[in-house]
Amino acid sequence: MQLLMALLAGLVFGLGLIVSGMTDPSKVTGFLDLAGAWDPSLAFVMGGAIGVGLIAFRFARTRSHAIFGGPMQIPAARQIDRRLIFGALTFGVGWGLAGYCPGPALASLATGGSKPLIFTVAMLAGMAAFEIHERLFKSPAKKNA
Amino acid sequence: MIDWTHFTPWTSLAGGLLIGTAAAMFLLLNGKIAGISGILGGLLRPTAGDTGWRVAFVLGLVAAPLLYQLAAPLPVVQIDAGTTLLVVAGLLVGLGTRYGSGCTSGHGVCGLSRLSPRSMVATAAFMASGFVTVFVVRHLIN
Repeated sequence: MQLLMALLAGLVFGLGLIVSGMTDPSKVTGFLDLAGAWDPSLAFVMGGAIGVGLIAFRFARTRSHAIFGGPMQIPAARQIDRRLIFGALTFGVGWGLAGYCPGPALASLATGGSKPLIFTVAMLAGMAAFEIHERLFKSPAKKNA
Repeated sequence: MIDWTHFTPWTSLAGGLLIGTAAAMFLLLNGKIAGISGILGGLLRPTAGDTGWRVAFVLGLVAAPLLYQLAAPLPVVQIDAGTTLLVVAGLLVGLGTRYGSGCTSGHGVCGLSRLSPRSMVATAAFMASGFVTVFVVRHLIN
């Protein structure tokens, strides 16, 4: 049941990305172009998603377990460190360059031709580079912490 | 100034509500955060019993346009970036989202929804560098 729900959640998420217009990179860069012809649509996507999310997370706090079992896995990390900030800044540069973030790239993969595919392969390579770097420079004990 | 020809407040809001619904379902039904970069990144660090749900979620996301097509033609998209730029952008997005522990979905949607200060800082950071990047590319270089 959990697997089916994960599939369904991914499907609804992807449909939301398509309906919202976020699978169109020019719409994302249109939002990021404050100094040009600005398309505020992305703010409405975030607003709609966070509106529902606020209610869901508030409700989730009253439960210790998910409806289909397993504990509520709400992130516990609280530290605001260099890693978080430099990581997010780096992501933003890549996001601004092509207009793709991970979700829309995946939701464009099946029908979008070669461009989302090239982006996704490069993104996976970047993620793999992170994994290799983590394995080389962190002790196994710390990795599992 | 606002680009009224491309601005789509209603469909974007509707899509946002769907995204929020998907994140809410995933949280309440499965107890998990719908953060795409984290779900994908975890597949590159396979752990027993922690792979199936990730694959299922990603499959759903990838299958979404196929399902959408059954009901209506997919919206026309415009991808300005060429191959080199796509590769550079992909690498930066891959590295950045893993070091920063999240992307537009994990920090932007889920993190802001749970009012996490860490996600607020991350979202402000990637929005800011996104704004600066587009400014540099569109108004300083071109």
